Amino acid sequence: MSVSAPPATLPRLLAGMSGDGPLPLSRHLEIHGSLPAFARRRGDSALALVNELERSGLRGRGGAGFPTATKVTAVAAARGRAIVVANGCEGEPASLKDRLLLERVPHLVIDGALVAAHAVEATDVLLAVDESATRAVRAVDRALGELTRGGPHVQLVTVPAGYVTGQESAVLNSLAGGPPKPMAMAAPIYRRGLRGRPTLVSNVETLAHIALIARHGGAWFRALGAPGAPGSTLVTVGGAVAYPGVFEIETGTTVASLVEAAGGATAEVRAFLIGGYAGTWVPADLGYQLALSPEGLYEAGASLGSGVVFALPSSACAATEIAFIARWLSGQSAGQCGPCVHGLDAVATALEQVRGGAAGEGALARIGRWAALANGRGACTHPDGAARFVTSALDVFAAELADHARRGTCSACAQRHLLPTPTAPARRAA
Amino acid sequence: MSRLRINWIACEAHGMCAELLPERITLDDWGYPIIDERPIPPELEAHARRAAEACPTFALVLERAEARRR
Amino acid sequence: MTLPLASTVGPSAYWYLTRSTGTTALILLTLSLVLGVIDVQRYTSPRMPRFVVDGMHRTVSLLAVVFLVVHILTAALDSFASVPLTDAIVPFVGSYRPFWLGLGAASFDLMLAVVITSLVRRRLGYRAWRATHWLAYASWPIALLHTLGTGSDVKSGWMIAISGGCLAAVLFAVVVRVAAGWPRQVGVRGTALGLAVFFAAGVALWLPSGPLGAGWARRSGTPSSLLRPATNKHPG
Repeated sequence: MSVSAPPATLPRLLAGMSGDGPLPLSRHLEIHGSLPAFARRRGDSALALVNELERSGLRGRGGAGFPTATKVTAVAAARGRAIVVANGCEGEPASLKDRLLLERVPHLVIDGALVAAHAVEATDVLLAVDESATRAVRAVDRALGELTRGGPHVQLVTVPAGYVTGQESAVLNSLAGGPPKPMAMAAPIYRRGLRGRPTLVSNVETLAHIALIARHGGAWFRALGAPGAPGSTLVTVGGAVAYPGVFEIETGTTVASLVEAAGGATAEVRAFLIGGYAGTWVPADLGYQLALSPEGLYEAGASLGSGVVFALPSSACAATEIAFIARWLSGQSAGQCGPCVHGLDAVATALEQVRGGAAGEGALARIGRWAALANGRGACTHPDGAARFVTSALDVFAAELADHARRGTCSACAQRHLLPTPTAPARRAA
Repeated sequence: MSRLRINWIACEAHGMCAELLPERITLDDWGYPIIDERPIPPELEAHARRAAEACPTFALVLERAEARRR
Repeated sequence: MTLPLASTVGPSAYWYLTRSTGTTALILLTLSLVLGVIDVQRYTSPRMPRFVVDGMHRTVSLLAVVFLVVHILTAALDSFASVPLTDAIVPFVGSYRPFWLGLGAASFDLMLAVVITSLVRRRLGYRAWRATHWLAYASWPIALLHTLGTGSDVKSGWMIAISGGCLAAVLFAVVVRVAAGWPRQVGVRGTALGLAVFFAAGVALWLPSGPLGAGWARRSGTPSSLLRPATNKHPG
């Protein structure tokens, strides 16, 4: 059994975090205890671990929400020496959680990767981190230096920054020395991934949860949160709130509670963006009541995605924000698939024209059609996400967009946009 | 029954597939195929195979549906 | 072995066959190249959908190979010039106009590479297939030079007309291709266009003093045993 008692409530992942940089190994072991012996040996300890994962109901925290136990089982069952890839490439500009984990609690992530490696009997573990996340890279490097020898070979690999570079096959492409672009995979990654070997690609937050499940068990994990997709999860709150940043919540927490935890709204909120730039816009009155879990969000056509909750104030110009991000998303295309390259560009151009009042008749209908066309017609889900972002925006901001189409730029258009991008990162709303 | 699948990275919008299987493939504003996802019935099977073979970049693939097991 | 169609003096049926199939092959190769450019330029109309152009390109190319095979076999069977079969594939080793005949073998080799890679293109992969297919642009001018250098009908008006027509068609196709922005780098494009124009001009300038000039049969390497003494007329 673990040395320290399992935490009854939050925080779990963010336990012991201080303002002074990464938790060193000693402090990490003080807070969480060491990994129990069963997780360090292979064979049926691997099976026991998979059972705990299944009991926990953990779902991936990288955006897809795939049941982790299923993924791990598939990789373990595949033929060949497995590889574990910890995906710390947080391409979503509005999300800060993965960076935070790597900068402050790198040992939790490394633990999780090692546990996962034992579960699938992997001999190699690769930690893929954005090369622009210099603090995270330094923290992980230092943490790896603190480890004792033995066990699978763990390696830190930096990968070019970018929105689609964090996609599973794009990460593998980078790790294999290729461009950071998604690939058309002939076989599923869990069977033939990196170097033709079964590969488990897992988001760093997912691995952090695995590290704690290995210590405290699956039942402990699901003691918090919504029954269908239990546990705690990290969300990045942004926009018109007093204290934007990363929060650890129980799944199923309402947006209203989350906003309160973030110090309350600083202005009247017009709408919430749930899930990041591949996510969904929801009008404020509906948004506040939403429970942040798959079931809770399903009705609103949304999903937690990369865990972003952004509050757009009424004072912002929705048309400007939407057009700006649509153009950014178009620019982030890997440029490999026609429907994405052309469709996203057409959508962005039309939205810019709508914003400026230069769009022709039926522009909004055209945008909707192009967005729907881009959906599902690419090698990765980038066009799908952009389509969802735009389609939900057309719905929620119908009035503002129609107004702009008729009358052109508004008084709020000149304001600097609020939705962050890597070159124009988040700042507090007015 | 078979299904059509596209490798979007390989597709270069030549459009021969839409000429050879208009029952299931149309082209979008930029010449890229829009595939009707329904399975290919036996009477269209030969046309679908010809469409897949005509693709210059091998982007269009005719996939055998998984055999159902008890 | 020669069939009784041959006689020791004067032309055999094979001689006529090899010349006619050779000429036809040149025309078919020209057509194939033009169709290939139409194909890659993605020209389409209701009466000529893309799959038709593509299919025609493939069919004409295979037909050209068939005519070439007959051209080679009949040349080998004909007793006059003693061109063994190997000369068709191994360039420049023969005794009859070795250089000019050898060009034919070189062109045929390139063509075989293009055709065979096209037949197994699925196994080869798109990129490798595309790269080898460009050899077609090299194969054609070599074939034309072979025609002009080896062909015994070069001095006839109709042959000049056919050769000129084919050259014009290929030049036009290359101009269309280059003007449409291929190859991608401007420098390479300029070079391609320059080479094509240079080649055409070069052939036009060379013809009068070359194949159309006096004593070409001897100058091109016809074995002296086959040359008629004191006249410049060659057999047929």
